[in-house]
Amino acid sequence: MTTQILLAVAVLGILGIVFAVVLYFVAQKFKVVEDPLIDEIAEVLPGANCGGCGKAGCRALAEAFVKQGNMEGLKCPAGGNAVMEKVAALLGQTAEASEPQVAVVRCAACFTGERRQVRYDGLKDCSFAGSLYMGENGCAFGCLGLGNCAAACQFDALSMDPVTGAPLVDEEKCTACGACVKACPRGIIELRNKGRKNRRVYVNCVNKEKGAMARKTCDNACIGCGKCAKVCPKEAIKIENNLAYVDYTVCIACGKCVNECPTGAMVAENFTPVKPKPAEELNAPKATITESVAPMAEKVELNNNLPHTN
Amino acid sequence: MKTFAMGGVHPHDNKISTEAVIEQMPLPEKVVVLMNQHLGAPATPVVAKGDKVKVGQLIGEAQAFMCANVHSPVSGTVTKIDTCKDPFGLAKPAIYIDVEGDEWMESIDRTPDIKRECNLEPKEIVAKLKEMGIVGLGGATFPAHIKYSVPDGKKAEYLIINAVECEPYLTSDHRVMLEHAEEICIGISILRKALGVPCAYIGIENNKPEPIRVMREMAAKFQGIEVVPLKLKYPQGAEKQLINAVTGRKVPSGKLPIDVGCVVSNVGTTFAVYEAIQKNKPLIENILTVTGKKLPSQHNYQVRIGITYNDIIKHSIGELPENTGKVISGGPMMGKAVCNLDAPTTKGASSVLVFDESEACRNTETNCIRCGKCMNACPMGLEPYLFSSLVKNGRFEEAGKNNILDCIECGCCFFSCPANKPLTDEIRLGKNKYRGILAAKQKR
Repeated sequence: MTTQILLAVAVLGILGIVFAVVLYFVAQKFKVVEDPLIDEIAEVLPGANCGGCGKAGCRALAEAFVKQGNMEGLKCPAGGNAVMEKVAALLGQTAEASEPQVAVVRCAACFTGERRQVRYDGLKDCSFAGSLYMGENGCAFGCLGLGNCAAACQFDALSMDPVTGAPLVDEEKCTACGACVKACPRGIIELRNKGRKNRRVYVNCVNKEKGAMARKTCDNACIGCGKCAKVCPKEAIKIENNLAYVDYTVCIACGKCVNECPTGAMVAENFTPVKPKPAEELNAPKATITESVAPMAEKVELNNNLPHTN
Repeated sequence: MKTFAMGGVHPHDNKISTEAVIEQMPLPEKVVVLMNQHLGAPATPVVAKGDKVKVGQLIGEAQAFMCANVHSPVSGTVTKIDTCKDPFGLAKPAIYIDVEGDEWMESIDRTPDIKRECNLEPKEIVAKLKEMGIVGLGGATFPAHIKYSVPDGKKAEYLIINAVECEPYLTSDHRVMLEHAEEICIGISILRKALGVPCAYIGIENNKPEPIRVMREMAAKFQGIEVVPLKLKYPQGAEKQLINAVTGRKVPSGKLPIDVGCVVSNVGTTFAVYEAIQKNKPLIENILTVTGKKLPSQHNYQVRIGITYNDIIKHSIGELPENTGKVISGGPMMGKAVCNLDAPTTKGASSVLVFDESEACRNTETNCIRCGKCMNACPMGLEPYLFSSLVKNGRFEEAGKNNILDCIECGCCFFSCPANKPLTDEIRLGKNKYRGILAAKQKR
């Protein structure tokens, strides 16, 4: 009995030693040499694998950084400037600071009340619904409200508003990775510069129909009247296909256009709302207003009933 | 009795409007003629605002290869050339015409006499089909002149006439066969001549005994036309399934019917062919069923294209019942719900089917229980449950490798699914995405 046990131990022990030696040589032969820098950079990256950089994931981006040796053309939009500085330090380079961005949903969609024209009960997928028909609120350009963007968001920054059914961006959480931009089949979501004090002006509509048709579809539609373009001091607004577009690289967020817009399609976000002025103040000299920090912004009313204002 | 070999389901056929004789729909005050009434590129308008047009006058010309001519369905004045929202709310190019009287083009023969002789050469027949804007009326609206120009190196052996009408509720083909049997047979003879095939088969499902009898009697008077009664099974009216049912041949994956020597034509199309070739009448009218279990009356109408769904509903049943859930254009299995009733009908519209709330809504979706019913039901031998999970996970290329593009979107999988999973929707999404991937690859 004892000899049998000892024999088994000896056989297994010898086999173990033989395999250990074989494995040692195999490991030596097929060793993969990897730059330790890749691990270090991957450690610094957010690790969400959102794909915002255009690579398969964070590690793929780290590999690309090390392979390239510099930071040209590579960027982690989710990590932003802070992460890019850390990566630059590891690579021995200097990071170019870029303007922080945020996802902006350019549609005042609402799937409740009068706006809702039809009821959809098919597959809950925007690109499928968009290939079938216009959308529940009758706009063939706007939001379909089935949440492809919210499903694509890895940072929990996009959610569907339980009241209106439209997507809602959480500015704090949004890393501008661009996953929602790719997920939206109608191209409503755009990455725009966050702007000074998070103040942004944009057209909250993507409807390219002629004015009357667009207005019939939605009260909030841009009708391409061009009033905003006329008042813009920086020529930041272009009208194309009956639709205004604010170029965020040129816009100074003065807010003039917002007051001019007849349909409320022009939206100013994070501007302080105007308090109703007492009658005597209206006659006061204008100089008092220009002294304030953001003179024009004071005039802008915050459009509270829109789904996107946070 | 013959039927196709693989899959299929048996929905209740609900043919409740078979007794309704085809009536003529009166002309409205205005019509809107969409420029893409067919598969392919939209036609180009050849009239201008203010022009006077007659019934049957060419207003949209086919300039692309995959395109068909569009003719004016009414006489009157062109008021606008603009876009119009189609039944699904998507803007499409269209011509707006105000109706004035009912003046037809002189070339069109409007006498009720039946013209039996056709002396045109095959090439002339195809050219005339193109001129008259004939498209397939089975649902796909495939331009007829392309179908009947057999490519070099291929030979048509059989002409199969699709009189199956396997979609529940629809009865337009049923009525056409009863009322225009002789015209249909003349149309078939013309198509037979155009293709140079010795024999034509008319496939009719056995839930239509009366049309089978009428067509049999009529076909006996013509050479080379045979009626083939088929066992009731959906989707027998799908091209590939019908070929399999009638000839026993199988169209391989990614191939066309002509690759196995078959050409399939809808019975409604043959009637349109007769009118186009023998009477010079372009495709400006089609036969449309207005039906629904909860409707006060059932109708079959001959409707000019460009009349809106609302006009049709107003004339036939007054107004929609209060608890209407869906108005469907086409049958309940493959038709699409109309979300814009102000939209005009097109050449391919075959029915206005009204469902109430209880009939229209889908049941709650639950989890897949791997019963495999969808696989047994699929007439193309595909695996719908597999596509469902592949599409959900974004694995479109893998779905493509499993022949997702072979799906004919008949809806058998969704119909048979005990978990009410929207399998057909998911497959359609997968097909769209996979086609997008293929197109992107081709560009590169």
